[in-house]
Amino acid sequence: MSLSPPAEDILVDLKNVDFAYDTRPILSGINLRIPRGKLVAIMGGSGCGKTTLLRLIGGQLKPTAGHLTVDGQELARLSRREMYAARRRMGMLFQFGALFTDLNVFDNVAFPLREHTDLPPDMIRDLVMTKLHAVGLRGAWKLMPAELSGGMARRVSLARAVALDPMLIMYDEPFAGLDPISLAVVGQLIRRLNDALGASSIMVTHDVHESLEIVDYLYFLSAGKVVAEGTPDEIRASTDPFVHQFVNAEIDGPLPFHYPGDDYRTTLMETHA
Amino acid sequence: MIARVLRSIGARTLDGLWRLGFASRFFIAVLMRSGTAFSRFSLTIREVYSTGVLSLIIIMVSGFFVGLVLGLQGYETLQRYGSSEALGILVALSLVRELGPVVAGLLFASRAGSALTAEIGLMKATEQLKAMDMMAVDPIARVVAPRFWGGVISMPLLAALFSMMGVFGAWFIGVVFIGVDDGAFWSQMQASVDFRYDIVNGIIKSIVFGFAVSLIAVFEGYDSAPTAEGVSRAITRTVVNSALTILALDFVLTSFMFRGIG
Repeated sequence: MSLSPPAEDILVDLKNVDFAYDTRPILSGINLRIPRGKLVAIMGGSGCGKTTLLRLIGGQLKPTAGHLTVDGQELARLSRREMYAARRRMGMLFQFGALFTDLNVFDNVAFPLREHTDLPPDMIRDLVMTKLHAVGLRGAWKLMPAELSGGMARRVSLARAVALDPMLIMYDEPFAGLDPISLAVVGQLIRRLNDALGASSIMVTHDVHESLEIVDYLYFLSAGKVVAEGTPDEIRASTDPFVHQFVNAEIDGPLPFHYPGDDYRTTLMETHA
Repeated sequence: MIARVLRSIGARTLDGLWRLGFASRFFIAVLMRSGTAFSRFSLTIREVYSTGVLSLIIIMVSGFFVGLVLGLQGYETLQRYGSSEALGILVALSLVRELGPVVAGLLFASRAGSALTAEIGLMKATEQLKAMDMMAVDPIARVVAPRFWGGVISMPLLAALFSMMGVFGAWFIGVVFIGVDDGAFWSQMQASVDFRYDIVNGIIKSIVFGFAVSLIAVFEGYDSAPTAEGVSRAITRTVVNSALTILALDFVLTSFMFRGIG
């Protein structure tokens, strides 16, 4: 299956997107589509450009070439005010939560509501408690971020990301550093929240097994390019060498074990010369 | 060898100019996006508490000790010429014109400026600023501008308290311990300290220092590398650059304000 629904059902669309820091290319020729209501994973090894891709979709970076649209709007052409209007309909979960350390759990989740709405305190309280209940942390509303475990911080951050009921939720390495139970909890929450809110989700991760359980579609990135894509079943059955290496965690393959360098024998000879 | 030295000087100059340009653009952005700091004044008041109220102890204790030393040194010199009753004037003018704004500014940079840089730098390192930006909340308007204006408001108040405690310290050592005439101490001070020429100029200095230190502190925090080492370097730069800027600005302002009249 490839992702080719009608154009109006595509929420995020990248066409031939390139991105470079100064002269160092990070992404080249990226073509990627995120349909409405779907949970899509972007996978790849460390440093392959996954997080950069997420920052492009969130409008924190601008492509150096190509077209990137979110809900029909080309982000690179938006003014700061228009960009902020677009971001009010997006939520993002950062790798380590990025909770505000001077605010407790309740105030962290209430933050976007207080900044963007004029709702009365009682209604904000109810909304915050609803979101915290959804992530299983209603009882932890008084705690400060320093008192939370890694998994709990990630869940609070998730509640904050969905506080304004976004149309697009982005997850940057949501499973990094979590124990197996917390990992499964966060994985299930991501799936449940996506379906309950009718949102679309993009998850950048290198946790292949958890992703195959919960996502609708996967893209594989290597050296700044999309090298494979498919549904979880297609990925499991894939004979593509890159996908095979990644899914089976083989240490050598299309992604080499050794960083490129001079010939080993030549290097040793030079040392003794 | 010479080419390498020249390249290094050129690179440092270009880097310095680039940072100066970036700091100027940042300053303009802070001013342009200060609406939130005033429309939601409680945000700024909270920063006045962190930068001002929490600096009160160090400022008041330091002011008192500086006053004690000024009182002792001033008396020691003045009594040689039989004019020890002029101690009040000497202390008041030294504090109101120079020591109040300058020493309070240096202490403010070390206590509040470094804390501002550390707070903003750590918010950046832990992606809190990015998270805010992704929530469509402008970090310059929500985090930087209230802290900047909090510092600008606190600094002249702290300088005034420093001077007040200094005068009290000098009175304490001079009048209570040494025995300088109480009436002469206060009346000569009242007669010789001019409100517009001495006090207003001192206040202007402390406001200028408040702008400079607060800008340097928030800029260094916002521009810091998002690592532990980067934040630590930024804090050091805040203290060093603030101290040098205060002393340089003090010379410039003094040369315009006090030219041997009065």
